[in-house]
Amino acid sequence: MKKTPLYQAHLRHGGRMVAFAGYALPLQYTSIVEEHLAVRREAGLFDVSHMGEFLIRGPEALAFLQWATVNDVGRLRVGRAQYSMLPHERGGVVDDIYLYRLGEAAYLMVVNAANIAKDFAHLQALAQGFQVELEDLSEATALLALQGPKAAQVLQGLTGADLSSRKKNDVFEAEVAGRPARLARTGYTGEDGFEIFLAPEDAEAVFEALVAAGARPCGLGARDTLRLEAGFPLYGHELTEETNPLCTPWAWVVKREKDFLGKEAMLSGACREKLLGLVLETGIPREGYRVLLGERPVGRVTSGGYSPLLEKGIALAYVEKEAEGPFHVEVRGRAVPAALSPLPFVPLK
Amino acid sequence: MDIPKDRFYTKTHEWALPEGDTVLVGITDYAQDALGDVVYVELPQVGRAVEAGEAIAVVESVKTASDIYAPVAGEVVEVNLALEKNPELINQDPYGEGWIFRLKPRDMADLDGLLDAEGYQASLESA
Repeated sequence: MKKTPLYQAHLRHGGRMVAFAGYALPLQYTSIVEEHLAVRREAGLFDVSHMGEFLIRGPEALAFLQWATVNDVGRLRVGRAQYSMLPHERGGVVDDIYLYRLGEAAYLMVVNAANIAKDFAHLQALAQGFQVELEDLSEATALLALQGPKAAQVLQGLTGADLSSRKKNDVFEAEVAGRPARLARTGYTGEDGFEIFLAPEDAEAVFEALVAAGARPCGLGARDTLRLEAGFPLYGHELTEETNPLCTPWAWVVKREKDFLGKEAMLSGACREKLLGLVLETGIPREGYRVLLGERPVGRVTSGGYSPLLEKGIALAYVEKEAEGPFHVEVRGRAVPAALSPLPFVPLK
Repeated sequence: MDIPKDRFYTKTHEWALPEGDTVLVGITDYAQDALGDVVYVELPQVGRAVEAGEAIAVVESVKTASDIYAPVAGEVVEVNLALEKNPELINQDPYGEGWIFRLKPRDMADLDGLLDAEGYQASLESA
């Protein structure tokens, strides 16, 4: 199993290590609920060094990325970031990604850890015929996510950059705790916050400095409950190779006015299912549980868990497009009433 | 890990504390720590007849659901309703306020087939 540059720091802080996408990472340090609430109310710090980073450069980088991603890269100015997806020729999703424009013809793509090899091979094949250079920086990059309403306050004490002038989705270079870093005002928790790209040898010092400044170390458990509560998709669950993104709440990411790989298939695909947010009256829904309309199974939970803010079980579920409810979720043989919820499940800033 | 000597244990991490002709059942400190934050408990029906080793309750933490087994055969005579509002009692006080149900064993002598504190400790070490 691979270790991130923060492995020793995790052990020192009492991290309970588990295997995730081939990496040893902390599931939690003390309590998933406490770590979750620290991010919603103050500031939490995650090691997301397992995620993949690709550098994409060259005179045709923009044209290539327009073809390879569904969002409009033409609207992405230098120093800005956008959420996007990699489509394949049948109109499904290879991965969901974040794209950062570093310079006129230089972009950084952050991809899911489990998809690094698949994505890179896919992009390399697509890059044939474009004047573009791809580089996989995943092993040479440490990535921290500092998230929560107090993230900017915690970080400001450690950097000379004026964070108050930086907006959501800005990306810029600055020193943090005396180490060179690339900072982005992005994240995947539904809170304000920063992602901090570092050289592996600088990661531990910056991690410890942020903890000393008041950020609470948080594990994968809280990362998942936070993204679920925020109503964000997780690749392999809500988004897969078989998912047509136009049939999801994230259809807004797809910009139909531009051309991209698989566009025709995506646009002509019929939606048989819709994605719903469900809040259970009692119990905790888990991935794979059936959604019932009366006694008839009409769908399945793709992500389920506990919302520490609502103190209830919540789920993202795909159900038949025509089904209007009232729905139940089958929890170990028992049909539990499940109310529809808008996404996010909780009010976020 | 705390393992009080006043009660019996199972290899599946339940404890059983005899009180008169009944036995109080919960999960061990080791089990609650492994589960993490307990957020929901599915309690058995009072009056239900159960066999030894039968799954009769479910403890759900943020990350997973775990079956709780009857340590001996008998009848469920009481359940800890406080867990409906405060499931975290299982984390805070696994051997006390976090008890889950009370059984009236068919035969109190069945308890002798369970592990004592030392036996449970040994089962943890060999796991």
